[in-house]
Amino acid sequence: MSGGTRLENANPLIFQRSGERLLTATDEDEDVADPIDDREIFDILSKSINDPEHPLSLEELNVVEQMRVNVNDRESMVSVEFTPTIPHCSMATLIGLSIKVKLLRSLPDRFKVSLVSSQTHLINKQLADKERVAAALENSQLLEVVNQCLSTRTM
Amino acid sequence: MAADNSVLLGLVEEFVSGQVDSKAAETSTGVKNGQFTILQLVEALGVSLSSSQPQTRGRGVQLLSQVLQECYSSLSEREVEVLLAFYENRLKDHYVIIPHVLQGLKALTKCSVLPPGSAVSVLKSIFQDIHVQSLMLAERSCVYNILISLMESKEEELKGLGADFIFGFVQSVDGERDPRNLLLAFQVARNIIQRGYDLGKFVEELFEVMSCYFPIDFSPPPSDPRGITQEELVLSLRAVLTGTSQFAEFLLPLIIEKLDSDIQSAKVDSLQTLAACGLTYSHKELAEFLPGLWSSIRREVSQTASERVESAGLSALSALVSCLSRSVLNSDSEDVLQVFLSLVLKDCQHHLCEPDLKLVWPSAKLLQAAAGASYRASLIVSAAIIPALLEQYNNRTQCAHRRTLLEVLQGFVQPTALSRPADGEDSVLVAFQQSLCGVVFSALTESSAGLQVTATRVLSALGQQPGLMAQTDVEKAVDHLSRLILEEDDPKLSSAVVECSGSLAHLHPKAFISRLIPRLKEEILSGQSDAAVRQRCVTALASVSSLPSVVQESAPVLLQVLASAHTGSCGFSVEEVAAVCISLQKIAEHARDSEEIGRFFHDIIIPHLLGLCLQAALQTRDAGHSSPLTDKAVLSAVVPVMSTACAALRSESASRMAAQAVSLFLDGDVSFLPENAFPSKIQLLQSQAESGGLSQLVCLLMACVCSLPRSVEIPEIDRLLLQLEDLSCTCTHLFSFTSAAKCFAGLVNKRPAGEALDAVLERVMKRISVELENTSSAQRTQAFTLLLWLFALLSDPALGSQAADGFGVLMSDCLDVLNRGCHADVRIMYRQRFFAENSTKLVQGFNSAEQEKKSCYLKALSHIVSNLPRQVQLTELPALLPLLLEALSCADQAVQLSTLSCLQPVLLEPPEALRNQLEALFSRLLALTTSPAMKVRIASLQCVHALSRLPEHTVLPFRARVLKALAVPLDDKKRLVRKEAVAARAEWFLLGSPGGR
Repeated sequence: MSGGTRLENANPLIFQRSGERLLTATDEDEDVADPIDDREIFDILSKSINDPEHPLSLEELNVVEQMRVNVNDRESMVSVEFTPTIPHCSMATLIGLSIKVKLLRSLPDRFKVSLVSSQTHLINKQLADKERVAAALENSQLLEVVNQCLSTRTM
Repeated sequence: MAADNSVLLGLVEEFVSGQVDSKAAETSTGVKNGQFTILQLVEALGVSLSSSQPQTRGRGVQLLSQVLQECYSSLSEREVEVLLAFYENRLKDHYVIIPHVLQGLKALTKCSVLPPGSAVSVLKSIFQDIHVQSLMLAERSCVYNILISLMESKEEELKGLGADFIFGFVQSVDGERDPRNLLLAFQVARNIIQRGYDLGKFVEELFEVMSCYFPIDFSPPPSDPRGITQEELVLSLRAVLTGTSQFAEFLLPLIIEKLDSDIQSAKVDSLQTLAACGLTYSHKELAEFLPGLWSSIRREVSQTASERVESAGLSALSALVSCLSRSVLNSDSEDVLQVFLSLVLKDCQHHLCEPDLKLVWPSAKLLQAAAGASYRASLIVSAAIIPALLEQYNNRTQCAHRRTLLEVLQGFVQPTALSRPADGEDSVLVAFQQSLCGVVFSALTESSAGLQVTATRVLSALGQQPGLMAQTDVEKAVDHLSRLILEEDDPKLSSAVVECSGSLAHLHPKAFISRLIPRLKEEILSGQSDAAVRQRCVTALASVSSLPSVVQESAPVLLQVLASAHTGSCGFSVEEVAAVCISLQKIAEHARDSEEIGRFFHDIIIPHLLGLCLQAALQTRDAGHSSPLTDKAVLSAVVPVMSTACAALRSESASRMAAQAVSLFLDGDVSFLPENAFPSKIQLLQSQAESGGLSQLVCLLMACVCSLPRSVEIPEIDRLLLQLEDLSCTCTHLFSFTSAAKCFAGLVNKRPAGEALDAVLERVMKRISVELENTSSAQRTQAFTLLLWLFALLSDPALGSQAADGFGVLMSDCLDVLNRGCHADVRIMYRQRFFAENSTKLVQGFNSAEQEKKSCYLKALSHIVSNLPRQVQLTELPALLPLLLEALSCADQAVQLSTLSCLQPVLLEPPEALRNQLEALFSRLLALTTSPAMKVRIASLQCVHALSRLPEHTVLPFRARVLKALAVPLDDKKRLVRKEAVAARAEWFLLGSPGGR
């Protein structure tokens, strides 16, 4: 982030982070199968994607919320609804693309992902289009920015 | 003499015309031995030095210079003068000669007998006749070295040169590029600045020639033999730039400019340089640039994603403020500190009123850094901020807002080393004492656990500072804390409460004795509360007991709990009783610092504990009534209580303890136990006591005697050892014989080496080799002998695996007996030695073993390797790698797991040897990611994750394969495995991809 440039939204609202998921006895039990659930997907999204403008996670910016992540393990469906930090944020497409890529990399093949932005219809159409997502990732500059969002924070 | 002369002439001839380089060394040895003098050498060189061929002249000067480098210390002042005049003159000579001339000058300037005036003339001729930057690397380095030596020996003369010297230096350095020479040049510049040379009108020139390297960006070549680091260069340049306030007007604008850079290291360097300026500058230099510096710092801290930039920015701000705080106030000028802080406050304060926006934290940190810089600054900042924060707190109603505000407040409450009030000054918070306490107490009654946790932290911070809590406030705080202990079950909150109680109890013991302990005691012993509440009470009791006066109240309560557990009146479970013992152990740890606590344990607690355990054991034997105190888990928890307390005993009470314990166990002497209601002749060390009832009490003997200092004489040790040996070999109760063996080992370990010890060991070895009862009886001291039969066992199919585990026992620190805390004699590096002595045998054994027995060897090996210190692991790894890889494909899951756990840390900084084995490593690791055991899957995924950090070119070929293989565990049935798979796969996706790593 360049020192002199102005940010589109310099002082966003910060939301509280939920704590680490608590380990239960069944988590350690070899014989019990744990289905993939809302919280697991939410953890994947919220902890490891950074907003391109801020060193903050999507959870802290309230871009994703656990209640708006729905997972059905048996039918292999995941649906995620996200809210960009400010209306018509120019970064919304990028955030959406990052979420999509993160899910593609972290979920087993069998899952079908549907990603919805609560604000603009246009983004939804772009993200639902497999060809367009694939084409976007061919663009090495775009891939670079997406990868930066997905890099774990370096201190 | 004549013969010497001809020898010398011969040497010179061979060197100059014969081009035999080794003759120089022979000549200098001759000069050093006194065989020839320098004068003779010069005479012998006469022809070559005046030759018309530059090459011949060069050769002649080279010989002279090389000899001088060896013998400069033996020269007389007169000789030096003549030689210097010669060399100065040669500087004007042909360019091929110059390198040798400079070498000679470098040697001469190291002389201690430089004639007066010579330094000036040498420098003048160098600056006049030579253009330094057109010389080669080594010659430039010579020039810098000449400067450094002259600055050491002839400081006065050089200062007399005035600005000419500075100018000459600036000219010769201008354009230097080699890092080695730069380090020298920086050193010269630092000397100029720190030793008070007059910079004259060349301040700006000197600054320019140095600052063009700022900020330094240097990455050493991969196989750098010189080992110059970026860090070294940065620090030496920083010392130059910040060394004098004369540079301020140039440096500060430069810093402001570089802070705009996109490169993070440049930002950090600029901020750190600014912080260093704060130490040397005064407010006069800073004044003009303060607004610019402040806005840059503020921007960096509030926008950055990096903690390094943030902390560098905060320390720069703090350095500026503390520099301004040092300024002396004039009656006519305004207070610069006040002016600057009001600027900071103006920019930051309003953000504190928006506790849910992002900038609240950067602003709070900036203000805290400013306040922490000096006492005066903290007065000014607190006066403005604290009332505002308190008001905000009272106006807000949401818990999350209040929590943020309180967390911000906490940063202001805790003084730093710099802002701590001096003697006679009041804490800056005195004026707000009442309202601060009010806010904290109200926060403690809120329903949000997070808010309460923060409140307890603020409370501890307040309690640490004198004068901030009145007696009534302390009492109120203690009441709040006891209520929280009894009522709140959030784990984070209760640990925060316990921690807060611990820190307050250290300062205000009376309030805790009179209010908290009685209340908790009543609750624990009432028999009505549930286990979780009792557990919290017990933990809290342990944490408040750091002072003798508190211990005397709290430890008896815990004893009472044990007693009532024994009688069964309150229905304590075994786990609870064990937890009580752990708390007692925590208290016992304070005995190390306070003799009074140690004595209390010796006089009261230990006899009571022994008595209780003995009673319980006797009752169980006679009446069949089983008390929790006979349970193995409880006894194992009692052991550390006693051993911790005994380890801290001073000599006299320690010997008394030893005597009492031994007479109790050997002779059944119960006189020192309380409530003397025991049968007179009890036999504690007899293995006949079936079901282990009495015999397992031997662990208490171990606790008492094995942890005493080595100097303490154990009475009747031979009889004791004999009995222990019997017990450990004949008793059939696992816990009893293991304890007896451990006790035996602990005692043997403390005996001085000598015949007595040898005899005991020999006897035991004989017996063990007959009985092979258990492996832990022979611990460290016997390691080597034990090994022989352990080796014999490895090829025995039935016992092989158990023997391999024995290696694990040998290598790890035993918690009960043989560790430093118990004064055991642990020889340094015994793990390394053990490894060195045995690994080769293991490898040999492995190679010669049959297929099905190989796993035992692998298991033993992985036990040994995983207990080795990391340094040793790294050096030994290349030799062991093939075996470890073999171990990965071994079917035994325990072997896989222990190998993976020892590989994983190594993979973070992989040694060279690993590079050649990557193929084998990957195929084995990836296969293990689908292992049936969850722990193996997790560990192998962690290893795969670690491998992604290897240099890109080495692992990139595996990327596609790894990504494909990792798709499988993404759908693992266990969530913990999926989590590792997701993390590992994400890193592997980033590898080699643009914007990734």
